[in-house]
Amino acid sequence: MAYKLDDDVRYAKTHEWVRMENEIAIVGISDAAQDLLSDVVFVELPDIGEEVTAGDAVAVVESVKAAEDVNAPVSGVVIEINQELEDTPELVNDDPYGSWFFKIKPSSSIKNELGRLMGPDEYAEFVEENAH
Amino acid sequence: MQRTSLYESHVELGGRMVAFAGWELPVQYPTGPLLEHNAVRTAAGLFDIDHMGQFSLTGPDADLFLQYVQVYDVGQMQVWDAHYSLLCYEDGTIVDDIFLYRLPERWMIVVNAGNRAKDLAWLRAYSHGFQIDLTDISDETYMLAVQGPKAEAILQRMTDTRLGDMAARTGLRAYLGGVEMLLGRTGYTGEDGFELYLPAQDAVTFWHDLLAAGKKDDLLPCGLAARDSLRFEACMPLYGHEIDAETNPYEARQGWTVSLEKPEFLGRSALLKAKLEDNRKLLVGFEMIDRAVAREHYEIAVDGQVVGHVTTGMKSPTLDKFVGLGYVPPAHQKIGTEIDILVRGTAKKAKVVRRPFYKPRYKE
Repeated sequence: MAYKLDDDVRYAKTHEWVRMENEIAIVGISDAAQDLLSDVVFVELPDIGEEVTAGDAVAVVESVKAAEDVNAPVSGVVIEINQELEDTPELVNDDPYGSWFFKIKPSSSIKNELGRLMGPDEYAEFVEENAH
Repeated sequence: MQRTSLYESHVELGGRMVAFAGWELPVQYPTGPLLEHNAVRTAAGLFDIDHMGQFSLTGPDADLFLQYVQVYDVGQMQVWDAHYSLLCYEDGTIVDDIFLYRLPERWMIVVNAGNRAKDLAWLRAYSHGFQIDLTDISDETYMLAVQGPKAEAILQRMTDTRLGDMAARTGLRAYLGGVEMLLGRTGYTGEDGFELYLPAQDAVTFWHDLLAAGKKDDLLPCGLAARDSLRFEACMPLYGHEIDAETNPYEARQGWTVSLEKPEFLGRSALLKAKLEDNRKLLVGFEMIDRAVAREHYEIAVDGQVVGHVTTGMKSPTLDKFVGLGYVPPAHQKIGTEIDILVRGTAKKAKVVRRPFYKPRYKE
């Protein structure tokens, strides 16, 4: 099954995406992640002002079937959360690359951290390899 | 891992196959668990439940044996009646929950997939001295379920036998789509519907004929996730979750199945005591007050003390509320009592509410 990809984001092995806009990191979960989860029914978001390190579990997404952590793909401070997802978590299924979870003002290590994430082609391969 | 005859059909439909009780079954189709759930509540859903086991019981002592090994008084059952019951250990805890069919020529016992071998061995262990023939007919019997308000209309298109007169919890033999089968007006969803027992070799053809017959009524194939959310809303127990070898029927609110007044049966003296015991854990329904999803195995706490655990929890698709089932001791069983659910280490407030979450709508 071919999942949708966004060419302008970097991907983590734990299926989060991060998009840089005006030096702010916007984070969500990939199309493959939402599909594997199935119908999303609940989202728990971090607190604004929370300091996070890349790899930390900072949010939770729960579907009909399971609860999964959403990790911060980069380090920094949470400056905004998408409260719309608390009332309408199904947006994560409908539009995974539009439904961001939180925004991070990144630390000085952002360049290195982004470098360790995957581009769309590499991520597509990663998903394919891990599907079986 | 076993596959049902419909494995390829599920894959063709885009079913996502997962392991369940030793079987590879679809947890969902591309429609997704929520739409599948809603289809059963508003139209109809089709489930491959061939993993379930069936035993045939015959012989001069069949009635006597059945009275002895399970809790319901089968003396109350007429030919073609079907009834829910439990197999209990001598200490009153639960071996399995079962469905009984009294057929003209034999009894049929329907058991959970994961308990099939255990149940058969357990029944055989108690068969000494009874003239019976107990046979596992699961392999040659294919089991499907058609559930929902449109189920009768869909199946009626496939048969000349009138289904409208069939009451809930009765069986019938009929030809559907040219295949002779046993129908039970039974199910595990809280909706009117049927469970079908047909020859295994006819399963694939019949499945496709049935989907075609149900098309204009929006019949959807449904996976395990929808099966679980549907039975959960109706508060029907699932073995290994609400009921197990650590739980008796009164704790699990299944005391209605136990006919204590019938002659001696396995577990009777323990169950007599259990019924009178008022200091027992009890399965309660709860609704989240705080925003959180309670899930199986989460701990239930009061004033920082763990007092019980969640057996099943989720967002109820029909109610659009976060609810759960769990065991709590006597002090916390009353409707309205506040309890905490420990969600990833954090106490989230909930309150005890009336069960079931969804009132079943069966055919009278």
